[in-house]
Amino acid sequence: MARIIVVTSGKGGVGKTTTSASISTGLAKRGHKTVVVDFDVGLRNLDLIMNCERRVVYDFVNVIQGDATLNQALIRDKRVDTLYILPTSQTREKEALTKEGVEKVINELAETFDYIICDSPAGIEHGALMALYYADEAVVVTNPEVSSVRDSDRILGILQSKSRRAEMGEDPVKEHLLLTRYNPDRVERGEMLSVADVEEILAIPLLGVIPESQVVLNASNQGLPVILETESDAGQAYDDAVARLLGEEREQRFMTNQKKGFFSRMFKGG
Amino acid sequence: MSFLDYFRGKKSGSANVAKERLQIIVAHERGQRDQPDYLPEMQQEILAVIRKYVQISDDMVQVEVDRNGSCSVLELNVTLPER
Repeated sequence: MARIIVVTSGKGGVGKTTTSASISTGLAKRGHKTVVVDFDVGLRNLDLIMNCERRVVYDFVNVIQGDATLNQALIRDKRVDTLYILPTSQTREKEALTKEGVEKVINELAETFDYIICDSPAGIEHGALMALYYADEAVVVTNPEVSSVRDSDRILGILQSKSRRAEMGEDPVKEHLLLTRYNPDRVERGEMLSVADVEEILAIPLLGVIPESQVVLNASNQGLPVILETESDAGQAYDDAVARLLGEEREQRFMTNQKKGFFSRMFKGG
Repeated sequence: MSFLDYFRGKKSGSANVAKERLQIIVAHERGQRDQPDYLPEMQQEILAVIRKYVQISDDMVQVEVDRNGSCSVLELNVTLPER
């Protein structure tokens, strides 16, 4: 059985696509056959983050409308050979993703893949609803900031009422909190909501904390999923999150300020 | 942060304010989430009926549904202006 995981947030710009790219790459690196699907019709960007923008020929909507087969539209990742990308369409036509069409494609993907990662658009409109509708699990990407936390709570309400699992009365969608752009220094100074604050408000289990890092922008500039920056804090934090998603126990890191000792400050110039 | 606050370990930042505001708004919105879809429209119609007799503003009628096990209670709060 394929696991269908939606990466969602309500609010835009919090790191959904960055997270989708890294989680799918992490799962594939561990040998799981993984596909990452871009649901942001009209605003295609997963292809850029995955560095395959020049290889897009057919897209998700072409497959739904029968103009291409799934195999024609799927792009095989050049770095991890068990990873595939299904790019979205740049059409401005609203509702290009029909519920039946999405179901057909998801079912076909589920025959060959172990993991289907659905990269949701921002908002709570049609595209976002389609991305979460068939999900078994949800990674709710949240920044430690008021509007993001409120929108995450809103999207949790939608997962609990509008997903297929909710409508069919099945077990609820399994929710995971991923806190991104976390700055322990600012938390320590009382300027930023802490992990504990956000956990308390949203009341869902914590999958991981991704520290605010320059590496993220640097990786996206090059079309590299940040999880492949294995030396970086953000890359390692994503690797931990993937491990936890697979049921491994990993202690939380990067939640506190790694205080530099006297000597390292002296010799590295602080 | 003042010099003394530093030693008291007191946090003077705005994160506390953010948390309090979020707790209030999230609790309020969760309460509304389970309400039936027809409620806002019904509230408008009730308001219109009352306005035939008394001039009141939009926020003076509050409609809520409370669920207690097998039965639901429709709670209607109307604040009438002082005469």
